[in-house]
Amino acid sequence: MENSSPRVVVITGGSKGIGRAVAYRFAEEKAKIVFAHYDADDSDSQETLKVLAGMGVEAEAHKIDVSLFQDVDLFFREIFGKFERVDVLVNNAGITKDTLLMRMSEEDWDAVLDINLKGVFNCTRAVVRPMIKERAGRIVNISSVVGQIGNPGQANYSASKAGVIALTKTTAKELAGRGITVNGVAPGFVDTEMTAVLSDKVKDGFLAQIPLGRMGMPEEVAEAVYWLCSDAASYITGQIIHVNGGMYM
Amino acid sequence: MSDVEGKIKKIICEQLDVPEEDVVPEASFVDDLGADSLDQVELIMAMEEEFDVSIPDEDAENIGTVQDAIDYVKKAVA
Repeated sequence: MENSSPRVVVITGGSKGIGRAVAYRFAEEKAKIVFAHYDADDSDSQETLKVLAGMGVEAEAHKIDVSLFQDVDLFFREIFGKFERVDVLVNNAGITKDTLLMRMSEEDWDAVLDINLKGVFNCTRAVVRPMIKERAGRIVNISSVVGQIGNPGQANYSASKAGVIALTKTTAKELAGRGITVNGVAPGFVDTEMTAVLSDKVKDGFLAQIPLGRMGMPEEVAEAVYWLCSDAASYITGQIIHVNGGMYM
Repeated sequence: MSDVEGKIKKIICEQLDVPEEDVVPEASFVDDLGADSLDQVELIMAMEEEFDVSIPDEDAENIGTVQDAIDYVKKAVA
């Protein structure tokens, strides 16, 4: 970007997978990076911080449960207190608790919706007023291909990701008048910890549906996120960019 | 000018970026001061913060002019 001072970028779920790749991508422009994670141990976030430090950027990690409104509010108050603004918010934190709907517990439903969908609301809610004041800002929400096409075993996850799409569009409409763009990126089958747990049979089933014939890499998703936050995408808002190897068109 | 009045006018000038002389009691936020729906919400939230009051949506809908805002806040903090 043309700004002389580095952008302040907040990424949820930034310690690994797609969120980590997004952090590394923003590090290339020497942005200030704050990421949230909710890992049981700090090894992934420490590793991410180490790489970011190696790239010469100011970065910090916070352990936050994005589903808790108050905690998120406090987290952002701290960020605004320290950095005075947030230029980019990437709502990436997400979990899966897969099982067929018939067997899905209320807890599994609630946990996934609370983090994947309410978490996006909570974080967005915390940044919109300051962004409105700045008359600028970029928000990118990570959805999923299954939010469009559904997927057996992912009633909770697919519903949460479809919700993210609608939330993205509504937020985009509400904030467009203030120079803030809000877009979504819907990854397909990406090589992360989330998909590593799938059986070979399920993986082969996915691969058979992908015209490009391979899994996506986190960096390929991060590139789309980064582009949406660049000047090149200044006239794009309320859109969902599909990064899925052609799995859904 | 009472304290409440002065503070409210200051909030309006800042939020809507309008000159002080335009912020007359009968001025309508939307028709005279150019506020859109987001501006109106921002104004209400700024007043809530300044005066430590809670303005429910159904009340906020009835605050259309500068005088409406002054009257509402004066009543709420009384």
